[in-house]
Amino acid sequence: MSAFASFEVARRATGARWILVLAFGVLGSAFFRAQIIEHDRFRVEAGSNRLRPITLPSPRGDILDRNGLPIAENIPGYSIKLLAAREDSLRAVLGRLLAYVPADSVDLELTVRRWRAATFQPVQVFASGEDRVVATLEEHRAVLPGLVIQAEPRRTYPHGEAVAHLVGYVGEISESEMKSGSFGEAGLGEMVGKQGLEVEYDSLLRGQQGTRYVEVTARGRTVGDQANSGSVRPIAGATVRTTIDLPLQLFIDSMWRADMPEKRGAMIAMTPKGEVLAYYSHPGFDPNAFIGGISAEDYAVYHEDSNHPLIDRVINGRYPPASPFKLAIATMALRRGLVTMDSRMPVACSGGLRFGNRYFKCWKHTGHGSLTLAEAIKTSCDVFFYQLGQLVGRDGLLEDGQALGLSDPTGIDLEQEKRGAFPRGLKDYVNSRGLSTWSNGEVLNLSIGQGRNTQTLINMVSFYAALAGDGIKRPPHIFRPRLGTRSYDLGLKPEQLVGLRRALSDVVQSGTAGASGGREFDVAGKTGSGQVSNQKDIGWFIGFAPADSAKIVVGIQVEEGEHGALVAKYVVRAIGRYLQGPGSPALKSEYQPPLSEDTTPAVDPLAPDTTRATLRPPAATPKAAGRRPGTRR
Amino acid sequence: MNRSLDRVLLVVVVILAILGVVVLYSAGQTDLRTGAEGKWLRQVMWLGVGSICAALAYRLSFRILEWAAPWAYGLGLGLLLLTLLIGRGFGTGAGSKSWLAIGDFRLGQPVEVAKLATILMLARWLAARREPPTTLRGLFAPVMIALVPALLVLKQPDLGSAIVFAGILFSMLYWAGVAPSLLVLLASPVVALMLAWNTALWSAWMVVLFALLLIWRPFIFEAIAVYLANSAMGVLYIVVWNKMATYQQQRILSFLNPESYRKGPGYQAIQSKVAIGSGGWFGTGFTLGTQKRSGYIPEHWTDFVFAVVGEEFGFVGVVVVLGLLLSLLFILIRIARRASDPYASLCVFGIVGLIFTHIYENIGMSVSLMPITGIPLPFFSFGGSFLVAMFIALGFAFRASGEARASGYLES
Repeated sequence: MSAFASFEVARRATGARWILVLAFGVLGSAFFRAQIIEHDRFRVEAGSNRLRPITLPSPRGDILDRNGLPIAENIPGYSIKLLAAREDSLRAVLGRLLAYVPADSVDLELTVRRWRAATFQPVQVFASGEDRVVATLEEHRAVLPGLVIQAEPRRTYPHGEAVAHLVGYVGEISESEMKSGSFGEAGLGEMVGKQGLEVEYDSLLRGQQGTRYVEVTARGRTVGDQANSGSVRPIAGATVRTTIDLPLQLFIDSMWRADMPEKRGAMIAMTPKGEVLAYYSHPGFDPNAFIGGISAEDYAVYHEDSNHPLIDRVINGRYPPASPFKLAIATMALRRGLVTMDSRMPVACSGGLRFGNRYFKCWKHTGHGSLTLAEAIKTSCDVFFYQLGQLVGRDGLLEDGQALGLSDPTGIDLEQEKRGAFPRGLKDYVNSRGLSTWSNGEVLNLSIGQGRNTQTLINMVSFYAALAGDGIKRPPHIFRPRLGTRSYDLGLKPEQLVGLRRALSDVVQSGTAGASGGREFDVAGKTGSGQVSNQKDIGWFIGFAPADSAKIVVGIQVEEGEHGALVAKYVVRAIGRYLQGPGSPALKSEYQPPLSEDTTPAVDPLAPDTTRATLRPPAATPKAAGRRPGTRR
Repeated sequence: MNRSLDRVLLVVVVILAILGVVVLYSAGQTDLRTGAEGKWLRQVMWLGVGSICAALAYRLSFRILEWAAPWAYGLGLGLLLLTLLIGRGFGTGAGSKSWLAIGDFRLGQPVEVAKLATILMLARWLAARREPPTTLRGLFAPVMIALVPALLVLKQPDLGSAIVFAGILFSMLYWAGVAPSLLVLLASPVVALMLAWNTALWSAWMVVLFALLLIWRPFIFEAIAVYLANSAMGVLYIVVWNKMATYQQQRILSFLNPESYRKGPGYQAIQSKVAIGSGGWFGTGFTLGTQKRSGYIPEHWTDFVFAVVGEEFGFVGVVVVLGLLLSLLFILIRIARRASDPYASLCVFGIVGLIFTHIYENIGMSVSLMPITGIPLPFFSFGGSFLVAMFIALGFAFRASGEARASGYLES
């Protein structure tokens, strides 16, 4: 038994011990390397294993009116998000989640698309302000791994439709918006302004998102907050205090709804310096329905509505400016020193004016007789302005159209304002209209606010604000003037301004708007009825008060409003509401339709236009005229 | 006969058993439901069963064991065969048929019986020799004793347990006095097989082997056979590789390069190492391991239980546990050395080989030192079969220690 002799065994035992010590030494050093030397690396790795960044929304700044009343504010709400490791698990959890929430609140495919864009981030499923929904989800958290319920302030517009076009709404940033970089650093899932003030002042209102880390298990279940590991607090957006007078805005809204809910149109009030007091377009929409994405059905309702409630008629609706435009012609003539307020035209009004072989009618078939400029404004005599326009001349009209800013946007601090469509020049006119010639009759049409000229309500009201104020047409603004916008000096002498105001005051006291009750507030203004083919006329009224030292300028435009005199009372009411406050007494004289209408007449179609041939513009040679914009390559 | 209980062994076993339950308790403390929930209580129950079995084993004389060895061995092989026929997969070994069960009631994993039986059988064969084998031919019988159950287990497939049989075989051959050079030659084909994936490494090994053969001068035919076997492995590895299941291939590949298998089979290895590495010097504290709590450590109550130790108790805790396990092995070696007869001595040293292989494989894989093979860590991993088998083995060790003292062993 030599193999098991004591010393032999002892020797092998020693050998075995050494082998064990060696083996355990190797194990120990492997642990030393992992736990001590590489500890930092593994600690970081462990952290990134478990910790997922979740963006914290920044509370959006409030939008207030001039007195601090909220136009847009935030209310507590929740956003329901999901963290998922894989698409199939996301779909599975979404499927289960559908059992607990209103079915139409979740867009499955949209959620999956959002998730694909950033798989490591919790994907927004929907936002809800209902505690009940959130409570139900919390209850079933066990079967909804990766559920993240985040307190997220929800945007709300307490006055909904009344401020819809003014304030706009917010929505999740789209992929194209993110690519274009128009929202700076705004990232996936962030709410950005989509319309109105929300988009105009988005960079101010939005603030900066924060980051929070949540602990996530291997199966994607969230288990806790890591409040202190590198979280960044969100920075709240700034408050935007606008020039809007909210009570006036609401007054206009309720007035419109009460008196003519079916009518399409717009109304705007501002100070002579361009501070917008009210901004209203009808029909409107409920901006609250758009927050966080509007449902397809709701959108279809708005989109397919033949009244087009989504169109902002203040800055995007262009209409024949009609009679209110006569003041622009008067201004051109006055600033050129061609006339004074007492000047008379060669031909007295006998119900129309022969020009070449055509006959241009006045709205009053019986004629106005011989009038001064002041009287012509008061009676809105078309024959007078046909001649005044001819006096200014084609080139003068086009030149002064630029000088008065009639071909440009006003520069109001809102997106996508349409410019006034007064022709920029002969060439522009001819090309843009695809017309081969400039008919000399166009001068006459332009002179009474018809023809190839359409204007936005904002531009016309802005022009009247200049007349009501110091003769400088300033960019209107709701919060602050936009950078790079310009003012237009009308070039009128103070006495000319006074004369025009007096004439406009006469319109209300005894002229076309005589029955509007405007006398009580010393309103000055001009009615108008623009002609649109196949439609009833567009009713205009732009007024200001008090006539000599205006505090407020209000314009209204109603599609199919039939006549400006019919809509003038709304302007007067709004002015009364503003000047006398909520206690403004009811108008003493209730509204009566006026006997006369100064609807701008259409060109008599029977007589062929012989003037066209004689007044061919130099730019529009037959060759050039043959080139249509569409055919150019 | 006064067979007093080995107190030192008892103390170490009790400490390890308690520590094991404590770690298992912590393993159950997670933020999401895992299989670890409540396992510590069941482990306590199994410890009770194991202790009873150990007490019974303690009653058995080594003479009876020696007599019963062939029967036990035959039973072990029979059970393994039966397992291959009707075996089922459960728990962490769901992919391999390693369980015997009636319905859903699990009887146990026969491989644990086979391990003990192989120790008893090898001890019987080796103790019966006057001299240890000095030729490779002489090693044929003991190699076969270990190889047959190993192949049966490999068929399940359970590579980890198959390696345990190799560990038992080599440790017992060593203890029986077989020359280490002979053991190296015996193991050389396996080494060649493992190195064959890299031609340069394999070629270098062949040169080393040639030199060793010149130095050790075994019988010329055996030398040629060894050299040919090693050469053949260079080709055979392709066959072996193709024979392997995909997951086995991936385990090996991911062991060699875990980062490239991050999402797949490398995931377990990386997550375990991340948990251990994040433990640092003192760990996150009892039950507070964040990786464990969030369920990132795979199988953290069985195969990767040591990652919990590493994460929650840090390097200090790891060293303490390694120290305890090492001292257990030292104590067992001492018992083997003092044993009153070669059979008992060989049995105890076989147990050393068994426990050591388990420890090294299990802990080694938790730090990516060893490829992932799902075998339990003594005292720490949850599991009835292995715990009972190990406690029976410890019962044998206590018996050997007692017998040695009773026969008046004196430390020289």
